[in-house]
Parts: sequence; C-alpha cells; structure tokens
Amino acid sequence: MKSTEKSAREPFFQIVKRDNLVWWKAWLIRAAAVISAFLVCGIVSVILTKRGFGSFYVSLFKGVFQTERRIWNLFQNISLLLCISLAVTPAFKMRFWNIGAEGQALVGALASAAIVVYFGGKVPEALLLVMMFGAAVAASVIWAVIPALFKAQWNTNETLFTLMMNYVAKSLVAYFINVWVTSGSGVLGVLKFGHFPAIGGYAYLLNIIIVAVLTVLVYMYLKKTKHGYEVSVVGESLNTARYVGINVKKVIIRTMVLTGVLCGIAGLLLVAGTSHTVATNTVGGRGFTAILVSWLAKFNPLYMILTSFMVVFLQQGAAQVATDYRLSNAFPDIIIGMFFFFIIACEFFANYSIKFRLAKKEKKA
Amino acid sequence: MFVIFLFNAIRFSTTFMFGCTGETITEKGGNLNLGIPGIMCVGAVGGCIGESIYLKSLSDISRINPFLAVLIPILFAMLFSGALGMLYCFLTVTLRCNQNVTGLAITTFGVGFTNFFITLVDKTNFNVASKSFTKFFPIQDASNWFVKLFLSYGVMVYLAVIIAIIAAIILNKTRLGLNLKAVGENPATADAAGISVTAYKYGATGIGSAIAGLGGLFYIMDYLNGSWEYSIDAMGWLAIALVIFSIWRPNWGILGSILFGALYIAPSYLNVSFSQKELLKMIPYIVTIFVLIVSSIRNKKENQPPASLGLSYFREER
Repeated sequence: MKSTEKSAREPFFQIVKRDNLVWWKAWLIRAAAVISAFLVCGIVSVILTKRGFGSFYVSLFKGVFQTERRIWNLFQNISLLLCISLAVTPAFKMRFWNIGAEGQALVGALASAAIVVYFGGKVPEALLLVMMFGAAVAASVIWAVIPALFKAQWNTNETLFTLMMNYVAKSLVAYFINVWVTSGSGVLGVLKFGHFPAIGGYAYLLNIIIVAVLTVLVYMYLKKTKHGYEVSVVGESLNTARYVGINVKKVIIRTMVLTGVLCGIAGLLLVAGTSHTVATNTVGGRGFTAILVSWLAKFNPLYMILTSFMVVFLQQGAAQVATDYRLSNAFPDIIIGMFFFFIIACEFFANYSIKFRLAKKEKKA
Repeated sequence: MFVIFLFNAIRFSTTFMFGCTGETITEKGGNLNLGIPGIMCVGAVGGCIGESIYLKSLSDISRINPFLAVLIPILFAMLFSGALGMLYCFLTVTLRCNQNVTGLAITTFGVGFTNFFITLVDKTNFNVASKSFTKFFPIQDASNWFVKLFLSYGVMVYLAVIIAIIAAIILNKTRLGLNLKAVGENPATADAAGISVTAYKYGATGIGSAIAGLGGLFYIMDYLNGSWEYSIDAMGWLAIALVIFSIWRPNWGILGSILFGALYIAPSYLNVSFSQKELLKMIPYIVTIFVLIVSSIRNKKENQPPASLGLSYFREER
C-alpha cells in the first residue's frame, strides 16, 4: 500500500547530470543537432517559399561555393568572425561575460580609420599600417579594460557594463563620421590609404593568414601557458583561485587587455583588410555572434574554426536563398536564429540525461 | 515649447517603459533575458498581424470599432512576444542553457522574424487604425498645459504606467512578489521553502516578455502612427539599460523612462550640429554605466542585481 503511494508521487522522469560523456557520443549528439537544424531550416524554407525541399540546399551551397569570389568571401568572413570569437574566449573561460566585443572591435576600427583620415598620404604606407595597428589596439584595450577595472575593484556587473559600452562606441563612430564628412551625408567613403597589401593578388589572404596565426597562438596561450591555466582556475572557482594564491584582479584585467588587443586587430582587419571605411554597423553584429561561436565551441579556439565556418556558411548561403527566391534580406537571421536554438538545446542532452520512471522499475526487477 | 517637449518625451518613453517593466519582472526571477530587443520586435509584428486581420474582417474602414482595433493587436502582441519568452524559458529553465547565449540567439531570431514577416503584412489603413491608439480621453484642449501633459495621450501610455505601478506593488507588497524575489536571489533556498522555482521563472519570464512586446506595438501603432520602422531593437537595448538605471524597481522605471525619453529626443529640440547630436545620443548609456558603477561601489544590498541573475538552477547541483 505504502509503496504504490510513493511511486505515484515520484515524478515521471528525472533529469540527471552526466558525469563524463564519451567524446564521440557528445559529438554524435551535436552532429544530430546540426543535421536536424538543417532539416528544420529546409522545412521552414519550403513553407515560406513554397518551392521544393531540395532547391533550398542547392541555393545554400551555391551561395557559398559557386564562384571563386564567394569562396574568398566565405574565408574572409570566417576570419573576421573567428578573430572576434578568439577575443572573447579567454574572458569567457574565466566567466567574465563580456558582451561588448561589438563595441571593442568598433573603436579599434574607428581608431585605425582616424589614423588614415589624419595621416593617410602624409606618411609611407607601411608606417601608416603600423600606426593603424597601434591606434586600433590602444583604443580597443581602453574600451575592454574599463569594465574589467570596475569588475576587479568593485565587482560591477560586467555583462551590463560591456553591453552599454557598445552603444557609446556606436555614438562615438557616428560623431566622428559627422566631423570628418563635412557634406553631412553621414557616410565616410572608401579610404584611399592604409590598405593591406594583396599577397599574390588575393586581397583577403593577409587577413586569413593573420587570423590563422592568432588562432594557434590563443590556443597555445589557453592550453600551454601559466596565464591560460590561471584563467581556467578563476573560471572554475574563484575561491580555489584565491586559495592557491592567484591574484584574481590581476588575471581579470590582464585577460581583458588580451581581449582588447584581439578586438583591436579585428578592427584593423575590418578597416585595412576588408571595408576600408568605418560606419556604425562596420562590425555588423559579429561581436554578438562571436559569443555564440565561442560558446558552441566550448571555448576551444580550434573548434571555433568549425563553428564559425558553420555560422558564416549559413549566413552566406541563406542570403543567397533570399536572393534566389526574392525573400526579404532578414531571411538569414531567421535561419541562423533557429540553427542557434538547436545547437543551444543540444548541449542539454550532452550534459544531462533523462531517466524515466518506467525504465528505473525494470532495472529494479 | 517646453510642454510639447515634455509631452513628446513622455509619449516616446512609453516604449521603454513597457520593456523596462517586463525585463524587471523577468530579472527579479533570476533570468537575464537579453532577448528583450527581439521580443519587442516580435510583439510589434504580432500586433501588426492582429491589426491587419481585424481590418480585413471589416467590410468598410469607417465601421472600425476603436475598442477592438486596440484590443486585438494588444492580445496578438502579447501572444507573440509571450511565446518567444516561453521559448527562452524552455531553453534556459528546462534545458538549463546559458542565459546570455540563449538571449542573444532569441534577439537574432526575433529581429529576423520581425523584419521578414512585416514585409508580408498588409498595412493598408494602419494610419486610420492608429487613431484608435493615439486618442483616449475625449477632451483635446491643446492650449491647456495640464490637459496636454496628463490627458491627451493614447490609451497605451496610461496602460504602461498602470502596469508599472501594479508590477511595483506586486513585487514589494505581496507574497507572490516576495516568492519571485526569493527565486531570483537564491533559488535553492526558495526551492527548499516549497516555492516552485520552475513555475515562477516561467511565469515571470512569460508575463515579462508579453509586457515588453507591448512596447514594440506602442512604438509602431502610436508613436509612429502606424508606419513601420526597423529600429525597435535599439529601443530594446535601452530598455535593458533602464532596468539597471531604475535599480530593478518598476516604479522608478516610470521616471527613468521619461528621463531617457527626454534625453533621446532632446537633440532634435536643441540647436546643435549633427555631430553634437550624435554625442548627445550616448548620454542615456553613460548615465546607465554611471548608475551601475555607483550602485556597485556603494554596495547596498537593496540596490544590487538579483543574486542569481544569469545563472540556471539545477536542483541536484550543490
């Protein structure tokens, strides 16, 4: 009598944390999530466009791989997104929720554009690029370190602080454009100076090489150095970090300086290597997307190559789908948003398992 | 002149006021919903879909019923934004995903969803329907400053103030509010005390999102008189700033919203150059940062963010 009452009160299923999932099982779950995300995106596209299921995927792949130019664009966009993702990763590893990479990269871009506006043509091109690099890194470091200082000193909420800094940066860019462009159009045209040299005739190659080197460096920094170790200890447990004698304040500030340096490089790549101008939307939401890219890769720089590839692939492919079917240019955002939901949700199945009551009973018997 | 400025500031501030109240309720339950900009957009497009359906059902636009022309969009807006809030809750509460990441994904999706579907909505006669939003009290005496400042707004302005006051009362004076705050401060303790953490989080986020969605609807149907603009997400980020500015108090949020509204529209009333206008636009954000810093330095318990803000709760994890 008593036992039946007890089992009736027991919940139908129970969620249990998995200790350590075998790596191939975890990747199987993720692969399943990616595939189901692609399938659902296809179904949604069929509903919205009323065209065949297969044509969605054809357009998707054509948009990314059809011409040489599109493939270059793919790698170029991956390198930019990856660079900003690398920037946010060390901070995330120590659970410093910096969602201000958008603003940090933007002030970097602004600073390098400012150098071109004031010094372009007056100094040799090579020196100009060096100055742009210095200015971009300095500006981004300042932007990234301000919230870190307050976090270290007074534990000011960094998520909200860095978020606000994005909009201050945007206003700053709008201000300087209005100062530089006297016509009042509010658009800074293509800058004539301070372009990256085109290695072997490929305009984007230098961007890609720089980011590839940075990826390896950040990976080494996080995995092989004492700094990287300290970052992960601070992220795991603040008390442990204090106990073993890590200066937490110093680690927070140092890591955000690194974020600033990487964001500054991203800003430089945007101005010198890509758009050769600056506008309030130069970073184009990459600062936010980078957070998802970094998180999906479990803060591992090498996996981030894969996740940033997936995101850029979808962005570029879905944009092509929108052009082919004459859909609104907001279509890629819907596809990417749905894709994120699937990947975010799949982490649950990698971290937890669901045990049903029925299954439990059988075991007992 | 000043009366008109204040009138417009208060009218404009309603957009943030809805967003701020909604996000405050959400954050009091411990959920930092960064999806609010997307949710406000979806609220706007949902409301527009509702309005479009209602207008199509009329045989003639002159037979429009002002009450239904307002109520139907409001219900649709709340339904759409509440649904997206529920999706956020499902991912963060049930599946225990990272709140920042989920919120940003919600914003990406919400903005995309809105910009996509708004092009498919038939917006004919929206300017007529908008009149049902902008006029509420029959007295319209523009010369009297009292009438202008207090009695000449659309119905949703009053609704926003009432919702904010009710939210403040519920949060501070009732058991329901106390339980919600307990969930936001320390879910493990609340759980031990027999409060259903999951139910409160779902409730707070769902209701909060539905309220925030009204902000998007107001911006389109009242402030812009039924014309569309793709900038609602910027209002959403300001609403999140406002939550901090009002240090998680909906009643202070009313005053904060009006201040932000005044700061936002002030550049167009001042005789300044284009570039200076851009500088003035940063003031709301700088003021918010300042409030954030000061409240963290003073470190008074009642002015802090909810302690478990941004953390998912898992009962078996201690």
